[in-house]
Amino acid sequence: MRQFIQDIAENSHYRATHLLQILRQVQSRYHYIPEEAIAQLSGLLNIPRTQIISVIEFYSFLHLTPRGQYELLISDSITDHMLGKKDLFDYLAKKLDIAVGEVRKDGLVSLDNTSCTGMCDQGPAGLVNGYALTRLDCAGIDKIAELINQQKPLNEWPSELFQVDDNIYKPGLLLSQQIEQGAALKSAFKRGIKETLKEIDYSGLRGRGGAGFKTAIKWQFCSEEQQAERYVVCNADEGEPGTFKDRVLLNSYADQVFEGMTVCAAIIGARQGFLYLRGEYLHLHDKLQTILDQRRQNGLLGNNILGAGLYFDIEIRLGAGAYICGEESALIESLEGKAGVPRNRPPYPVTQGYLGKPTVVNNVETFLAAACIAVNGGDWFASIGTEKSKGTKILSISGDCAQPGIYEYPFGTTIQTVLNDCGASDVLGVQIGGPSGTFISNQELERKLAFEDLATGGSFIVFNSSRNILDVVHNFTHFFAHESCGFCTPCRVGTSLLKKQIDKIVEGHGSAGDIVALEELCQLVKNYSHCGLGQTAANPILTTLERYLGLYENQLKEISFEPGFDLDGALEIARRMANRYDAGAHLAQTDESGSRPIASLPPSLAVGE
Amino acid sequence: MSKTITIDGKVIPFEEGQTIMEAATAAGIYIPHLCHQPEFTPHGSCKLCTVKVNGRNCSACTFPAMDGQDVLSETEELIDDRRKITQMLFVEGNHLCPGCEKTGNCQLQAVAYHLNMLDNHFPLFYPDREVDASHPDVMLDRNRCILCTLCVRASQQKDGKNVFAVSGRGIHKHLIVNSDSGLLKDTDLEATDRAAHICPTGAILIKRTGYRVPIGERIYDHKEIDQVSLEAEHVKHGE
Repeated sequence: MRQFIQDIAENSHYRATHLLQILRQVQSRYHYIPEEAIAQLSGLLNIPRTQIISVIEFYSFLHLTPRGQYELLISDSITDHMLGKKDLFDYLAKKLDIAVGEVRKDGLVSLDNTSCTGMCDQGPAGLVNGYALTRLDCAGIDKIAELINQQKPLNEWPSELFQVDDNIYKPGLLLSQQIEQGAALKSAFKRGIKETLKEIDYSGLRGRGGAGFKTAIKWQFCSEEQQAERYVVCNADEGEPGTFKDRVLLNSYADQVFEGMTVCAAIIGARQGFLYLRGEYLHLHDKLQTILDQRRQNGLLGNNILGAGLYFDIEIRLGAGAYICGEESALIESLEGKAGVPRNRPPYPVTQGYLGKPTVVNNVETFLAAACIAVNGGDWFASIGTEKSKGTKILSISGDCAQPGIYEYPFGTTIQTVLNDCGASDVLGVQIGGPSGTFISNQELERKLAFEDLATGGSFIVFNSSRNILDVVHNFTHFFAHESCGFCTPCRVGTSLLKKQIDKIVEGHGSAGDIVALEELCQLVKNYSHCGLGQTAANPILTTLERYLGLYENQLKEISFEPGFDLDGALEIARRMANRYDAGAHLAQTDESGSRPIASLPPSLAVGE
Repeated sequence: MSKTITIDGKVIPFEEGQTIMEAATAAGIYIPHLCHQPEFTPHGSCKLCTVKVNGRNCSACTFPAMDGQDVLSETEELIDDRRKITQMLFVEGNHLCPGCEKTGNCQLQAVAYHLNMLDNHFPLFYPDREVDASHPDVMLDRNRCILCTLCVRASQQKDGKNVFAVSGRGIHKHLIVNSDSGLLKDTDLEATDRAAHICPTGAILIKRTGYRVPIGERIYDHKEIDQVSLEAEHVKHGE
C-alpha cells in the first residue's frame, strides 16, 4: 500500500488540492481509506490528518471503514421509486443475502442507497464501484448477483448492464447542430475576442444551471479583475434529482462544451480550466479524457491555440457523491480538495474563486450555448425565446411519460406542449426544476418555461394520477436532509427537523398543530439558510402545501395534539425489566376522545390520580 | 464625511472593510451571535446574527458594511426567528443546563435567556455523542458542541496548532481532534491554549477548575449577554 499511495501522491505532485482525487483512487483500490493511508498522505501532502478525515466523512463515496469489493449503490431518486425500485432493492438484498447499508460477512459486496445518479430516463439505476448500472430488473439482478458471487472483474461483466443511452427525442436550436471541432474558436478569433463577448451579450444568454445570471456580465466582471491568474470551471455536477441533460451533452457534445470553455478562457484571460464531473458520471471520464487529448493534438488546447497565442488547458476533476458541490462556491472548495461547504459571499467567485483567484463557473449547457453563439452570432440565439429568457432550454424529462429523455424547447413553451410531446397523459402534476424547484398541478399546465415563470436547471418529472404527492414530498425532504452540508444551523438542523415532521404527518401521527408547525419550520429554513440548498429545501413542502392542503389535512388525526414519539414503545425496556406484559403495563398513545395523552396508567404508577 | 449605515433607524459610522457586526459593536449595538468572536476570522454559520440588509437576510458577522445600508436587527420577526435558531441548537445536541458546569457562564444559555427562550419548541434529537476525558487537563464533551468552530479557529490562528476540526456532513457533523488515536490526550493541546478556553458552551472545559465560582455568581447570573458582549468586544473607532 505504501508504494501505491506514494505513486498517486507523486502523480499529483503532492498537491493538497488533489486530495479528493487521491482519496477517490484509494477508495477505488481498497474500498475504504485505511488508517495507514491517512497517516501517509498527511505526511506527503503536508496537511493535518483531520483535514483528510473531514473530506472522507463529507463525501458519500468515501469511507473510513471497509465496503465490499463490489460496492453496490442503488439510486433513491423518486423516479427510481416510480419504476419499482423498492421491490427490486429488496430482491437484490435477498439475492445477495445482505442488509441495506451493510457489508456482507465475506467482505465481497456492500449495498446501500445513493442520491439520484442521473439515469432517470433509464432507471431503476445504480452504481457498482462507481460505474453506472441502468434499467435494473430481476433478470439483471440475477446476473449481477451471479457475477459478484463468481468474483468476476467489472471489465468482464456484460456491457448491456452498463449501457447508457442518450435518448434525445427533440433536438432544437443547440442539439440539432453539431458544430465542427474548432469552429467556435476560429469564429471567435476571426471576429475578435471583445466582439465575441459582445455577441454573447446580444444573445441574452443566461446561466443554464437555474439561477440565470447573465453569462456575458459574469465573463466581463471576471475579465476586469486585477489579478492576472484566472480560471474557467465547467459545473458538471448535475445532482438535482431528475436532471441528466449534462450527461448527454458530455457524451455527445463534449467538444462543443470544451470549445465554449476555451472561448471563455480567451475572453477572461484564463490559462487553466476544470471540468468538475460528478462522481456518478465516472463512466464518461475516459471518453472525455480522450477528447481532451485529441483537442491538444489538434492545437485546440495547450500552447498557442490555433496560432492565436492563447494558452489554455482543461483538467477533469471528479466529485464523490455530494449534491451540495453543484453550488458554485462549494464546487470550488471541492476543486481545492476540501469538503464542499459553500463560502460566505461576498466575495463572489468572479473576484475570488479557485485558490482565491477570479473564476468563472458555468453550467455545461451554458458553455455549449456559448460555443454555438460564437459560431452563429448573438441574434441567432436571441431571436428565439421570450423577452427575458432568450434561446432554448434543454430538458431532462422523466417520470410518467411514454418517452423519457432529452427535449430542447424555446423558452416560452407551455408545459402542456412539453407533456404532449413526451407522451404524458392523466397528469397529476409536474415537478419543474427538481426538488429545489416547483411542483405544479394539472391546473397550471399553460404556464411557461422561462426564468420569469417556471425556471429550471433542466429537471422535469411527470407524475400521473396514480401517484401520491406525499410520497414525492417525503422522498425529496429526505434527500435534502441527506445532502445538507451541515455548515449553518437552519439547514443542518432544519432539514432534519423537516424530515421528522413530514415523517410524522405521512405516517399518520400528525394532529391539528402539526401543519402550522411544518409551515413555520419551512419558512425558517428557507429564510435563514446559508446557501441555495437550504433556501430551497422546503420547496417540496411549501409548493405542495399551497396546492394540496387538503391532502396533508387528511393525514391528520382528529385530535389537537399527538406527541412525536411512541409513548408505549418507550415503556418496552421497563416491561422487559419488570417482566410484565399485562394490559396495565401498556399506555395508550392518546385518549382518543380528547387531546389528553395517557389513558391507562397502571394503578401502582397513577400517583395522585 | 465618514460613511454611515442605519441600524434600526440609528445612523452609525463605519470604516472601510468593516462588517456590519464590527460597525454595530463599535457603535455599542449588540447583535446576538455565537460563532463569532472579533479576534478570529468570521465564520457565518450559526446564523443568529442574521439581519435584514435592504430587505435581504444577511449574516452581520460576514457581510460588509456599505454606505447607506438600511439594516434591521431588533424586529419582532428577527427576534422570534433567532429564538427558533437557538432552539434548533438546543435540540440538536444534549444540553442539560442544570447539570452542566458551564451554566451561568454559557453563551448558548445566555443567548437563550436574552431571546426569552422558554422551551425547546422542536423535538429533541438525543444524539449519541462521544465524550473524551482522556486529556490530563482538558475535557471534551461533544454533547454540548454547537459546531461554531471557534476552537478550530483559535487553535489555528492563535495557538499555531491544528488540534480541532469539524468533520462529517449534515446532521452528522461533529468535532474531531488531530491525533492518530482520535483522542485529545494524544494531540498537542495544552490547557493554556486559547482553543481550550474559547468554547461558548461547556463542550471544552478545563479540568479541576469546576465550580470554583459558585452558581449564582457567574457571568450571566447578573448581566445579560448583550452587556457582557459589548464590554468585551467593543472597540471604539480609532482605537
